[in-house]
Amino acid sequence: MKNLIVLIILIALGAYGCKPKTTGSIATGDAASKVYVAPGSYDEFYSVVSGGFSGQMAIYGIPSGRLFRVIPVFSQDPQSGYGYSEETKPMLMTSHGYVPWDDLHHIALSTTNGTHDGRWAFGNGNNTPRIARIDMTTFRTAEIIELPNSSGNHSSPFITENTEYTIAGTRFSYPPDYDGANPDVSISSYKDNFKGYLSFVGVDKESGMMDLSFQIQIPPLNTDLARGGKGPSHDWFFFSCYNSEKAFTLLEVNASQKDKDFILAVNWKKAEQYVKEGKAKAQKVKYAHNYFDENTQTAVSEIRTDVLVLDPKELKDILYLIPCPKSPHGCDVDPTGQYIVGSGKLAAIIPVFSFEKIQKAIANNDFEAEYDGIKVLKYESCLHGEVKKPGLGPLHTEFDNEGNAYTSFFVSSEIVKWNVKSLEIIDRVPTYYSIGHLSIPGGPTSKPWGKYVIAYNKITKDRYLPTGPELNQSAQLFSIEGDKMKLLLDFPTIGEPHYAEAIPAELIMPNSKKIYKLEENNHPYATKQEKETKVVREGNKVHIYMTAIRSHLVPDNIEGVKIGDEVYFHVTNLEQDWDVPHGFAIKGANNAELLIMPGETQTLKWNPDRVGIFPFYCTDFCSALHQEMQGYIRVSPAGSSVPIIFSTGKTAEVKATTGK
Amino acid sequence: MVFITACGKKETTTTSNTPAAEKPKSMMNAETEQEKMINDGRGIGEVKMVSLSVPLEQERVKRGKDIYDMKCSSCHKLTAERFVGPGWEGVTTRRKPEWIMNMTTNADVMLERDPEAQKMLELCLTRMPNQNVSIGDARDVLEYMRSNDGVK
Repeated sequence: MKNLIVLIILIALGAYGCKPKTTGSIATGDAASKVYVAPGSYDEFYSVVSGGFSGQMAIYGIPSGRLFRVIPVFSQDPQSGYGYSEETKPMLMTSHGYVPWDDLHHIALSTTNGTHDGRWAFGNGNNTPRIARIDMTTFRTAEIIELPNSSGNHSSPFITENTEYTIAGTRFSYPPDYDGANPDVSISSYKDNFKGYLSFVGVDKESGMMDLSFQIQIPPLNTDLARGGKGPSHDWFFFSCYNSEKAFTLLEVNASQKDKDFILAVNWKKAEQYVKEGKAKAQKVKYAHNYFDENTQTAVSEIRTDVLVLDPKELKDILYLIPCPKSPHGCDVDPTGQYIVGSGKLAAIIPVFSFEKIQKAIANNDFEAEYDGIKVLKYESCLHGEVKKPGLGPLHTEFDNEGNAYTSFFVSSEIVKWNVKSLEIIDRVPTYYSIGHLSIPGGPTSKPWGKYVIAYNKITKDRYLPTGPELNQSAQLFSIEGDKMKLLLDFPTIGEPHYAEAIPAELIMPNSKKIYKLEENNHPYATKQEKETKVVREGNKVHIYMTAIRSHLVPDNIEGVKIGDEVYFHVTNLEQDWDVPHGFAIKGANNAELLIMPGETQTLKWNPDRVGIFPFYCTDFCSALHQEMQGYIRVSPAGSSVPIIFSTGKTAEVKATTGK
Repeated sequence: MVFITACGKKETTTTSNTPAAEKPKSMMNAETEQEKMINDGRGIGEVKMVSLSVPLEQERVKRGKDIYDMKCSSCHKLTAERFVGPGWEGVTTRRKPEWIMNMTTNADVMLERDPEAQKMLELCLTRMPNQNVSIGDARDVLEYMRSNDGVK
């Protein structure tokens, strides 16, 4: 054991540089009572956590760190049937066809006047560029929009102050894919042929529906993170970027040459005006827009073909570049909207820019140069000040409601608290190990709720019972009440969390939907009463209109299906009580189960592969007689004359039992 | 869930949010009235008194049938035969109208507290679900039950 501890200290010293971490900073005496949520009681906050390479979002309670739910977003989810049922398959359609996975990095919870309104959560698909919108009344993915002219949707899905737009910026520049462009070029022609894009996706105030309003074409930078302005900076959006070197190989070295890269300051209000004035170029592109129609309980996927693109080389006052030291990653705006914090991954300081000074510098033409036709402001003219010697490898910054900032440091593995105005460091606390993002409830909004900071760590190592080479990712909850940050709790997370947001429970809980009303179910294959159940053959398609209620399926005896048929089980859950889903599964399905919420209809497609009797059953323990909730379907050879018959509760032997 | 737990004790908790099973103090006074309802065979719930009349209100009967088809018929037959739940034939003569409407709209509490409802659960073993039926809808269903029992 002793050897192990020595080894850990050695690893800490070797891999993470500066200071040895000791176990002395482990949680203090009253930590347990601060995270204890008594049985039957509720957590104070919901935390919406990105699932990273799981492609999903996870919902945790804070301060307990308990996992409540994993929301399928970009990845198929066999346990709910998401991406397997006929109703949800369209959600994962793209211009590349069906893409059943993505890499979800960041969360944006909708805001009104800069404060959480509890309506929607947005998440980005990093790999095949997409933005998803989750409805916080159902905790389900309501909409996914793909982004054309884009690769690596990393700096996304951050939002403007009133959720007017959710945005996307390309982490990979590449030759754009609009119709008429020529993407078949050599990689080494990067400087000439590769472009970056910033996308502004409009969000409908009432419905939340997304629409790609316009794009801004930028030089081939790698945009990394972003934040919308607020208050005085409402009209602006700020993006960080790296690779102003325009490297296309060994970026680790080649994109780390210059002393400074940029923060991109975008006047989106001005851009919006130029679009209205017809100054954008229409391009023909191809991207999918998918949404879940609550009325028919079925997702719709459509391919869209138009986008409006603005050129900041011509429309000079929509985009300015602010030099920012050493490959900036985080780009965070404080609650007042006055200060923009840039975190250079390799920088020894944290620059804090002043929105007021940026405006003055623009007004005074205080430019040092142009970069690919874009004006570059003078660093000193925009600077509020620098936080000196904050730590190593600053990544992200969140804020409390008392004028303080909390920055995560990957290399020195710590959170550092500092004052935004005075730039003085107030406190620092180690994290175990190598923190990436961090989250304060309301931390990115105009009205931080404060109380806690949650560290989402990148390295887990010895924090939990080992589970082989692959470990869960580790989150850590700290109290930020008082001057000193205090470690309260470690909790494991799914996938690889990147960003997360936490929101007071009372903003979500009262609106949480309990059931889908049968009266409002307009699914074309819904069966709202048992006497309407039926089996209908249309050529080689067999539609089974089935109902489920504790504890039987109707029909539960079905015959007349033949090899070569495509069978669709349209199952309606007739329950109208909270927390009574029914599941549905059939032997041999090259598919998943259905998990059907009360009042909902879902469809499982099944291609029987052999002659015989196949059982099906309810998979979600629903009642004392759940085990009895089952049925049989008979599959006869192709060309068989067995007629379609179906029943529940009939015990007499039916006629026409032979297949030939 | 708003019913009183068996022992009626209230647990204290450390967080500010209200736990699910906590009950308001005023329920203590209501208990005697509840006992009276139970002893009268009227069940427990919002429905304290129902006045019935003849002839039946045919509009109600029609609406009640539609609700029956959607929310009740999976488990209750119109004959005396017990299916998942008891058959409906004769129910309006066996039970007071208040009991029927409370059972329809307040099944969870009824199954927890009403001895007659509990007897049915012991017999059927499947808890009658909350089918999200409003008081007005329950009255329509009651009218349909009366029609099923031959009232004109």
